[in-house]
Amino acid sequence: MTALRQLAAHLRKDLLLEFRSRDAIIGMLFFALLVVVIFSLAFDPTMAQSRAISGGILWVALLFAAVIALNQAWARETRHNVLDSLRMSPASPALLFLAKALVNFLFVTVLELILAPLFIVFYNLHTLGESWKLLLILPLGTWALVTNGTFFAALSLRTRNRELILLLVLFPLSIPALLGAVLATTAVFTGQDSPDLWIKLLVVFDVIFTTAGLLLFDVVLSAE
Amino acid sequence: MKKLLYLWLPATGALLIYGFMQAWYIAPTEATMGNIQRIFYYHFAIANLMFLFFFLSFIASIGYLAVRRSNPLRAQSFDAFALANAEVGVVYCACVLIQGPLWARPVWGIWWTWDERLTSTLILFLIYVAYLMVRRFAVAGQTQTLAAVIAIFGFLDVPIVYFSIRWWRTQHPSPVIGGGPNTGLDPRIWVAVWWNLAAWLGWGLMLMAFRYYSIRREQRREQEQALAALEATLDIRGEESKR
Repeated sequence: MTALRQLAAHLRKDLLLEFRSRDAIIGMLFFALLVVVIFSLAFDPTMAQSRAISGGILWVALLFAAVIALNQAWARETRHNVLDSLRMSPASPALLFLAKALVNFLFVTVLELILAPLFIVFYNLHTLGESWKLLLILPLGTWALVTNGTFFAALSLRTRNRELILLLVLFPLSIPALLGAVLATTAVFTGQDSPDLWIKLLVVFDVIFTTAGLLLFDVVLSAE
Repeated sequence: MKKLLYLWLPATGALLIYGFMQAWYIAPTEATMGNIQRIFYYHFAIANLMFLFFFLSFIASIGYLAVRRSNPLRAQSFDAFALANAEVGVVYCACVLIQGPLWARPVWGIWWTWDERLTSTLILFLIYVAYLMVRRFAVAGQTQTLAAVIAIFGFLDVPIVYFSIRWWRTQHPSPVIGGGPNTGLDPRIWVAVWWNLAAWLGWGLMLMAFRYYSIRREQRREQEQALAALEATLDIRGEESKR
């Protein structure tokens, strides 16, 4: 019960901060929009092609945009030594991590909700597979990026060249999740294969890395 | 221990020469690929040993995290062991990635294909290079903990990478038909395989041991410097209190 209250307090703080500044959402949204526009200029896709490539473009845009939010997620805690006071508080570090990951998940989901209609318009998409499965694929894939990203963003706070290190660690480790999300999305768009195997892969990835993150976050937070 | 290491050097050298003879002169020439197939003896040995070194690095990283508070001195040696193994693993991985295309070009006609093994080895290489990059960029004093965490995450990722790439490629089979060595093997091939495996294991362990000792030496030097700095401040304090 106390755990839930602590989680709620962390969530409330982060949401309030974002509601007042709107830095992360606006930055992410505009950046993702730019990526989508630039890709469509670069590839000039026809309708049949766009089905085959838009899964990849969607996830690359989301990945890049998520990194923007992730870089800010912990950086705002370093001002006025907020992170140190969080470390001293008796609340469990795992809850802090979980709250941060949930908030980032929410931000990227909002981004997806805004981006999806634009994407459909720009790429002339209408899905040939079972579109309801996107409601599974998008949250699972987003959580995979966000849970690892939140963890490594906290880790990279303790390095020189913070923003570079986040990319260097997050990208190689997320390749299986990204691959699964892209292939599942493409399978739904084209309707040629079943995305089920990839959805299962995403579930396994999420479970393993969420567990690892919850267990090891304390180590990263108090590393010295 | 160090003397053993200097005995190890000629022994490994002899093994490498014997393995070379087995691979080049005694093992029979493969029917379809001819002599080019002999690279297989190195490729197989180094690719498998790479996993061994990454695994040892993973275990040592867990050991480091487990005892870093209770036994900091022991933890230092775990950390040195983890780093030494990761470095040798990256070197072996790079060797595999270089040998692969050298073999593929004459046999498959292409340097590279996004096949399951090639792709997952490449991703593994990227993950462990990221590990070494974090060690380079981390703030002094926190490097070891952060690196241990990355090593654990990286190793957890290995099976997921492997299976995801495998499913990806079974869904879209690659056009390349590799001349697999697993068909009707001559016993002399096995002899060459085992000798080369032993030789490269010995060589890798030796590299790892040398690197381990050099890292330990760096650690001790840093500890001594830290201690000297601490003592210097104590001296100043002492003089101030005398005044």
